[in-house]
Amino acid sequence: MPEETLSAADRAAILRDSLGVGVATGAYGVSFGAVSVAAGLSVAQTCALSLAMFTGASQFAFVGVLAAGGTPLSGGLTALLLGTRNTLYGLRLAPLLRWRGARRLLAAQVLIDESTAMSMTRPTTAAARVGFLGTGVSIFVLWNVATFLGAIAGSTLGDPRSYGLDAAVGAAFLALLWPRLTDLRNRLVALAAATVALGIVPVSPAGVPVLAAAGVALLAGVLTRQPDPTEFPGPPR
Amino acid sequence: MTWAAILLAGAGCYLLKLAGLSVPPRVLQRPVAERVADLIPVALLAALVAVQVFAQGRHLVLDARAAGLAVAVGLLVLRAPFLVVVFGAALTAALLRL
Repeated sequence: MPEETLSAADRAAILRDSLGVGVATGAYGVSFGAVSVAAGLSVAQTCALSLAMFTGASQFAFVGVLAAGGTPLSGGLTALLLGTRNTLYGLRLAPLLRWRGARRLLAAQVLIDESTAMSMTRPTTAAARVGFLGTGVSIFVLWNVATFLGAIAGSTLGDPRSYGLDAAVGAAFLALLWPRLTDLRNRLVALAAATVALGIVPVSPAGVPVLAAAGVALLAGVLTRQPDPTEFPGPPR
Repeated sequence: MTWAAILLAGAGCYLLKLAGLSVPPRVLQRPVAERVADLIPVALLAALVAVQVFAQGRHLVLDARAAGLAVAVGLLVLRAPFLVVVFGAALTAALLRL
């Protein structure tokens, strides 16, 4: 990895892009906040999720499972399973970012889809770090502020169903899944997983159908060969 | 119980991120492990969409949420931003319930 320093102009350009992604992504913390209180969590619990978990799909999954009547345990397990992709991102980014000690401990919290997308294509460590931190930190701040505002708004709205917030959760999951559906195998896995989950809804406690669908991923991963071209998130739009 | 799950799952998600930045890369260089890990988000998100939209407790139902999802698909095809997709689906379901 070349060690050359970053020119002020390059640095400013990367920061500008990163902040743009940060604003766009952070804003949808409003929808998380609103959906979370609609699922029955308190404002404090909602904010704790955004601060501590800080990975959107896992947070939506946690409150989604609870909203469907699942136990906090199955919600937590689903969130953890979805959080495993951040481990893969970290494995690929570690040689590029090259942080150690306290900096690595702090940087880890903002290792998410968007900070990965905005740093993994950079040619140097210096540029990757600017993209990673510019995106990660701006999303962290805005996501948490937006979560709080959404939770406050959601808790003063009354019945969430009359605002369609229950429909918003499914749409949020679909939007998170959408970029991965350009690949045929992923489409088949998604279809099979949805079918398995719906098939056991009538015979299992809430939360279990989603966890059972992870078995489809296991089976497909063992039985197929080719790598996944959509494995990494592209730059968010 | 909910608080415990929030804090434990939150700590777990943090450790998953930190592990990626800390563990030697060869740990996940077994292709099967890598493929499974790649496919888990696809399977879980698809299952979450299905359950969130078509399940009510232990019953399968077709209601305003399905119309919301259909609108979300249309908006995604049109490359609408995340917030537009999410609130478009909510608005559709809300209007149908008036």
